Amino acid sequence: MYLGKRMQEQKSNIYLSQFEQFEKSLNGDASSHVHAIRKAAIAKFAELDFPTTKNEEWKYTDVSRIAKTAFKPALSTQGAIVTEKDLAKFSFGHPEWIRVVCVNGHFSKELSRISDLPKGVKVGSLAEAMKSEPALIEQHLAKHAKYDENAFVALSTAFLQDGVFMHIPDRVVVEKPIHVMMISTGKGEEFVAHPRNLIIAGESSQVSFIETYGSLGNETYFTNTVTEVVLAKNAIVEHERLQMESDNAYHVATLHTYQERDSNFKSNAMTFGGKLVRNNITATLDGEGAEATLNGLYLGTGEQHIDNHTCIIHAKPHCPSHELYKGILAEKSKGVFNGKIFVLKDAQKTDAKQTNKNLILSDEASIDTKPQLEIFANDVKCTHGATIGQLDEEALFYLRSRGVSKNKARDLLIYAFASDVIERITVEPLREELHRILHKRLEAAHELEAE
Amino acid sequence: MALLEIKNLHAAVEGNQILEGVNLSINLGEVHAIMGPNGSGKSTLAQVIAGRDSYNVTEGQILYKGEDLLELDPEERAQKGVFLAFQYPVEIPGVSNMYFLRSALNAIRKSRSEEELDAMDFLKLVKEKAKFVEMDETLLNRPVNHGFSGGEKKRNEIFQMAVLEPTLAVLDETDSGLDIDALRTVANGINKLRDKNRAVIVVTHYQRLLNYIVPDFVHVLVDGQIVKSGGKELALELEEKGYDWIREKTAVSA
Repeated sequence: MYLGKRMQEQKSNIYLSQFEQFEKSLNGDASSHVHAIRKAAIAKFAELDFPTTKNEEWKYTDVSRIAKTAFKPALSTQGAIVTEKDLAKFSFGHPEWIRVVCVNGHFSKELSRISDLPKGVKVGSLAEAMKSEPALIEQHLAKHAKYDENAFVALSTAFLQDGVFMHIPDRVVVEKPIHVMMISTGKGEEFVAHPRNLIIAGESSQVSFIETYGSLGNETYFTNTVTEVVLAKNAIVEHERLQMESDNAYHVATLHTYQERDSNFKSNAMTFGGKLVRNNITATLDGEGAEATLNGLYLGTGEQHIDNHTCIIHAKPHCPSHELYKGILAEKSKGVFNGKIFVLKDAQKTDAKQTNKNLILSDEASIDTKPQLEIFANDVKCTHGATIGQLDEEALFYLRSRGVSKNKARDLLIYAFASDVIERITVEPLREELHRILHKRLEAAHELEAE
Repeated sequence: MALLEIKNLHAAVEGNQILEGVNLSINLGEVHAIMGPNGSGKSTLAQVIAGRDSYNVTEGQILYKGEDLLELDPEERAQKGVFLAFQYPVEIPGVSNMYFLRSALNAIRKSRSEEELDAMDFLKLVKEKAKFVEMDETLLNRPVNHGFSGGEKKRNEIFQMAVLEPTLAVLDETDSGLDIDALRTVANGINKLRDKNRAVIVVTHYQRLLNYIVPDFVHVLVDGQIVKSGGKELALELEEKGYDWIREKTAVSA
């Protein structure tokens, strides 16, 4: 017991001393409301420490590589140079979109293009908002993504500095999608960025945002991001998330949504990049008639490890939730899917549907999938299903017998498998981009296989 | 030189010997019917010609335009003009009929150093061909065979054949399960494609189809061997006397 505790301390030690340095760098900010949260979070982190595979929540995802690496916190953009040209590859051919750019977790005023927003809408830096919107910050920041349960949330909250803030006032509709670009770039140094986002959608408001994670090079770094989305009554938020970081990156992403009555949240989470990826999504339906849709697509190639943990909490009656996650696992990649649905005592007439389908393209690829339903109400409809399959040989032969090459036939079937997730994305340029990414990454995998 | 020359073909699936020495020679412009009872190896023969790799050719050879067909991948065979209308066309949800067919046609054209068709020209072509085989145009934009009725699936096979214009078409029980109207339409489509630059193998269990597609030759396949060949009248004789008649006959002559 004593030894165990001591070893734990050793692991989180580096982060504790880094926190001390970080605190010193804050100067006057150290007495703020936010800093009190940071201090509580680092204390929690010290107590929790990085999870091991003995922890049921982390059974299939070993984060010891993250724990062992002394990632240095990126306390600023670190003088990183990101050009317009660099951003072009993440723009889906639409450089004119409203865009909010963060570099290594820090808002970049120079690269962001924020204009033409409806009156009252605030989109920009979270660090700025901490100063200009203290009431909203105090009400929502770190209130939904709980740092006392998850070490990564605790760590991210301890180093909370900047990221994206959005506030859509009551009854305001933002018609154009807002593109959030999270760009990482290092100079050979192994660093960690903790981009933090807070999105607040007022009553009957509507907004759609695309969040893209990308790297400029092949560097090794760690992104530990936390996003909180709050939907007031009747608000509609659509969130597209495209993670295409370096294949050497570690990526832990936590999204917590809090929904009031009649609100509607849609999420499409696409994972392509990263060496070790863990996505946590928790959606809380805390008002009658609130609806959540969580869709996801993940493609593993090489030795990637991609873990999606979702959790939908039905707290009030008459809430529908829909979930469709599809995974394609090639080469030696590993996938994990865990879908929790909690239906609390009051949540009668819940209608929850969860589906996870996986396509395994090689003998060395694998998936661990687990639905987890806990139902405390008695008048509910909850369904779940998980499948693991391979490419249909019959279909492959059918396509080839018409003259289509083997690789093209495989691609067609893989696109077809992914299509019901991709087709649900309303932003068309994003759908096209997804086809391009799938093609590019699969092509590389095919070539390796042929060798 | 014959278009297709099958010599002493033996094939097995999962260790079971199905074809036990098939010999068959087909020239351009001819229509051959292959008939036989269930399990006689008709579909195996069709699939081996198309290149299905779960069938093992254990002996013999197939020459197509003088070339060893068995050396080629299924897509290479298609690019050289071999087409199989499947007995059970495969449903492919998520891939539109149009997209699939355009990929196929362009792959074939490319292999022949012909220019690929753009979306507009392709659309024109498929509309014309759909009319040709009386196929409902709404099926074009649906996923391949997904949710199609049995008749629609078979019609889609003939439609694909009309678009791809093969040199050798193998129709594997394209008539099975069709009502008489669908059968007439499918047969009409096939008849329209009959010409001197093409050969057709009609694999069927029932003589009925041959009232509409009149073959030049009829072969009877029993227990993996062609035991009798003749003209179109052989089909009528089979219809009348059944396959047992052939079995008994071959048993006696053997």
